[in-house]
Amino acid sequence: MSVLSKDEFFYGHKACAGCGGSLAVRIALKVLGERSIAVLPAGCMSAVGFNFPQLCFGNNAIISTFAGTASMLTGIRAGLKAKGIEDFHAVGFAGDGGTADIGLQALSGAIDRNDDILYICYDNEAYMNTGIQKSSLTPFGAKTTTTPAGKNIHGNMRPKKNMFEIAAAHGIPYAATASVGYINDFISKVKKASGIKGTKYIHVIAPCPTGWGISTDETVEIAKEAVDCGTWYLAEFENGEFRLNFRPKEFSDIGEYLKKQSRFRHLTDEDIKIIENSRNAKWEFIDNNFRK
Amino acid sequence: MKPYLREKAPAAFDEIPEFPSYEAGFLTTKNAGWRNFRPVIDTKKCNGCMQCYLYCPDGVISEKDGKAVIDYDFCKGCGICRKICKFNAIEMEAEI
Ligand SMILES: Cc1ncc(C[n+]2csc(CCOP(=O)(O)OP(=O)(O)O)c2C)c(N)n1
Ligand code: SF4
Ligand code: SF4
Ligand code: SF4
Ligand SMILES: [Mg+2]
Repeated sequence: MSVLSKDEFFYGHKACAGCGGSLAVRIALKVLGERSIAVLPAGCMSAVGFNFPQLCFGNNAIISTFAGTASMLTGIRAGLKAKGIEDFHAVGFAGDGGTADIGLQALSGAIDRNDDILYICYDNEAYMNTGIQKSSLTPFGAKTTTTPAGKNIHGNMRPKKNMFEIAAAHGIPYAATASVGYINDFISKVKKASGIKGTKYIHVIAPCPTGWGISTDETVEIAKEAVDCGTWYLAEFENGEFRLNFRPKEFSDIGEYLKKQSRFRHLTDEDIKIIENSRNAKWEFIDNNFRK
Repeated sequence: MKPYLREKAPAAFDEIPEFPSYEAGFLTTKNAGWRNFRPVIDTKKCNGCMQCYLYCPDGVISEKDGKAVIDYDFCKGCGICRKICKFNAIEMEAEI
């Protein structure tokens, strides 16, 4: 808590009550401080932060095109450098759709150039701002408006893309996963990233009560439970190596985690078994490839 | 510092910016009306651990004299603070 600025930089915003994405943005800016220029592409966080004349960022902040978070960060870094200003953070906050789908090319380019930027993906696992459509980060089985749950097809049929490992595969200086349910871990990762030169990528799970079908006071618990039941994990990539930050002693019940959310309530026992098996396969990979 | 409520919202044509940029942290509306339940802190039970502040998505909790206080202008009543508080110092009361 001591690394956090007492100031609030994301205040009076119009996010739904209990929004996990707004918690991630708020906390990251309290770590980075006033000398941060935030870039927000189309998505919930720009929609709830800028409703002229209600402007909820206390630091400099700008909306980018949906696809252009990373390229705008690159431009801000380069433009201010040309003016002799270097002591600031260029930080982007993009959703899962804005990151893993439409913004992936710009992000990949920025990592390739190793531009000195921090890219934070707040992952609420669907296109929430336009009314809950599937993205490539929507998990298997989740019901969205474009992957409805019917008799034959039980929601999204595709697994969640692994953006963390995709960022790492570029040989990025620093990448990490996080969850708003483990806020101190997220704080230390943002802090660490802020001291590293080059491109940094942090992927934070940020539940959306509206899209996940949970009540507004369950956001933090469910974000924690995602880690505890092993469908999400806390890890870092640095100096070419993966490191696991936390291993639950015993996974909590995955079915219980799923059934708390109305987007998964239709799942059959077989569906849950598929999710459990893919979790186990992922953890086998982690055990074999990540340092502890 | 934090974004704060202004006395007057720009309304006249010449108050609207010509370019798409404006003062940071410029608030003209509250969020209090969103709330169905109001978190109320029992100052006898609150020990100032500030975990509620840490997890409030709206950043409306701060510390005063070693206790948590809430800015009701911007609290949405989500109830996260109540669940976070290990000392049961927060109760949700229905707004009337
Ligand atoms: C090029 C372009 N295509 C589509 C849109 C419409 N649009 C605005 S926000 C949004 C969804 C964003 O989803 P995500 O990135 O996951 O962020 P979230 O809303 O979930 O926070 C879409 C499709 C747009 N603004 N620009
Ligand atoms: S729809 Fe979800 S992500 Fe968007 S503001 Fe509401 S809670 Fe946050
Ligand atoms: S979490 Fe509870 S005890 Fe701690 S500061 Fe908040 S109200 Fe007080
Ligand atoms: S109810 Fe929600 S918005 Fe209000 S103080 Fe508690 S956590 Fe913050
Ligand atoms: Mg999203």
